[in-house]
Amino acid sequence: MPTGRALALAAVLIGAGALPMLLGDYRTFQLTLALVYAIAILGLNILTGYNGQVSLGHGAFYALGAYTAAIMITQGGVAYYWTLPVAGAVGFGAGFLFGFPALRLQGLYLALATFALAVATPQILKSSHLAAWTGGVQGIVILKPDPPAGLPLSADQWLYYVTLAVLAVLLIGAWNLLRGRSGRALEAIRDNPIAAAAMGIDLALYKTLTFGISAAYTSIAGALGAIVIQFVAPDSFTVFLSITLLVGLVVGGLASIPGAIFGGLFVELVPNLAEQISKAAPWAIYGAFLIAFMYVMPYGVWGLMRSLFQRLRRKSPATSRLRQVPAPAKNGRSKPWEPSDH
Amino acid sequence: MDLFLQQFLSGVAIGGVYALVALAVVMIYQASDHFNFAQGEMAMFSTYVAWWLIAAGWPYWAAFFATLAISFVGGVALERIVIRPVEQAPVLNQVVVFIGLLVIFNALAGWLFDYTIKPFPSPFPEQPLFGNRYIGSHELGVIALTLVLLVLVFAFLRLTPTGLAMRAAAENPTSARLVGIRVGWMLALGWGLAAAIGAVAGMMIAPIVFLEPNMMIGTLLYGFAGALLGGLDSPAGAVLGGILVGIAENLLGTYVVGPELKLTLALVLIVLVLLLRPNGLFGRRIVRHV
Repeated sequence: MPTGRALALAAVLIGAGALPMLLGDYRTFQLTLALVYAIAILGLNILTGYNGQVSLGHGAFYALGAYTAAIMITQGGVAYYWTLPVAGAVGFGAGFLFGFPALRLQGLYLALATFALAVATPQILKSSHLAAWTGGVQGIVILKPDPPAGLPLSADQWLYYVTLAVLAVLLIGAWNLLRGRSGRALEAIRDNPIAAAAMGIDLALYKTLTFGISAAYTSIAGALGAIVIQFVAPDSFTVFLSITLLVGLVVGGLASIPGAIFGGLFVELVPNLAEQISKAAPWAIYGAFLIAFMYVMPYGVWGLMRSLFQRLRRKSPATSRLRQVPAPAKNGRSKPWEPSDH
Repeated sequence: MDLFLQQFLSGVAIGGVYALVALAVVMIYQASDHFNFAQGEMAMFSTYVAWWLIAAGWPYWAAFFATLAISFVGGVALERIVIRPVEQAPVLNQVVVFIGLLVIFNALAGWLFDYTIKPFPSPFPEQPLFGNRYIGSHELGVIALTLVLLVLVFAFLRLTPTGLAMRAAAENPTSARLVGIRVGWMLALGWGLAAAIGAVAGMMIAPIVFLEPNMMIGTLLYGFAGALLGGLDSPAGAVLGGILVGIAENLLGTYVVGPELKLTLALVLIVLVLLLRPNGLFGRRIVRHV
């Protein structure tokens, strides 16, 4: 890793670690939620950004994780940290299974099917058949976990660090998944499935596994979100949750890992600012951002930053001599979402 | 038996509304291979326009036709201004723009008209016609209006030169352009018609479900299900599909799954149709060569 990047990473880590010490409990809580959204958006990005399977229904997997955690904690008396791997496993299973019909649905049709999933989710959660588990319309209240004895942290600060740690682990996981052979396979499937199959990539296996991993990430985020908010109820998981994740994905940047963090911060912090104007304002802003980003910055904030970095680097004299040969886009990766000619 | 007949007929009536939404979906899909995820919210917003006109003292039918005109112009403008730049973009970009529109209309309605639930008048008499006890006048009116609209759309597409041009533009844009058809404007026309048809759907369902910014999301799902069931390139199929979905929703909701899982039915139906019969009942099979 180049020293510049290592330094930047260290600075980000120290900054992220120090923030709860500087902010009050409420701001820390908001940041925790932003990190939770970042995890969920990272999951969506693996599926939609890297693999090109458009999902408008990831709120359903978020809800699955949230309810898994809530039910385990309140009915099973399980400690909160054990709910995360279980939520991940349940999410993986559900996503993997949903991945099978998704194999036959391409582009728009998958978007439609997942949209239907998102719209139907609150009704399924309210259903009286499941009410013994889900608490029906009332939802489930969870107690906020205490920080381990001996640590001078408030409960909110502790949850922030837990979430930060989970995010870090999942970021490294995603980075490992997406940088090597498997990542190239995912992008090849997105850009040209027929060519990918001709190269010997098992489309069905990769696509279903990707769906599973993506849903697992989002489920873990859901479980964390439930623990942080201490409450789950069907009406928190409407189609607008799925749209929120999509907004974060688009704003942060398609097919970029750090973009998920920008996306998470955006969807958590911007509505809080905008709600001072009107109750409807956050959504109006979301909508405007969705459309505007598609027109002018289809690679999101991170895409913009990356191209700025590259321009700066090209200008600095120390490196320009070494970089005479115009390298192809970094990592030899084609730009995401360039229209392909099939 | 009475219950069955009642549920069946009200299924046909509510299916009429779904049929209208499905018809609007098909108008746009046929012209440009898009699912307009914002169709429901556009219809909801049109209904608010009608509500506002009626509240300002307009008689119902004047407000009705004024709303149709406004929706038509709005639909054309949307296509020209918002959709055109992403016409050639990848699927995800298009979907994101549609979702953006959905969100904007939803927020605008909440902002301008606030989130309280409003009653919306029906143009049809309150007493059931001919003293029957199975179906209300509003329901009958919805069915009649749906059929009239279907005939109008069919006549427009089959019998008028503009309709022919629109079909040509959808079928083969390049050749259509070569013979002098302005393909871009044909798409815009499709959007305008879809917006107007959607407005009718909104004004017809609002007396049943009451007017509020989220009223069309479920209806849109049934509309999609109807359009898929009937076949995405067949207006008549879409209407029949919508009505079938309405009947299925009511009967299964009454006898099998209970009213609380009705939207799940739409989900299951959409996934099943997409998996088992992606061309729908009346759609043409599309073969793509590599």
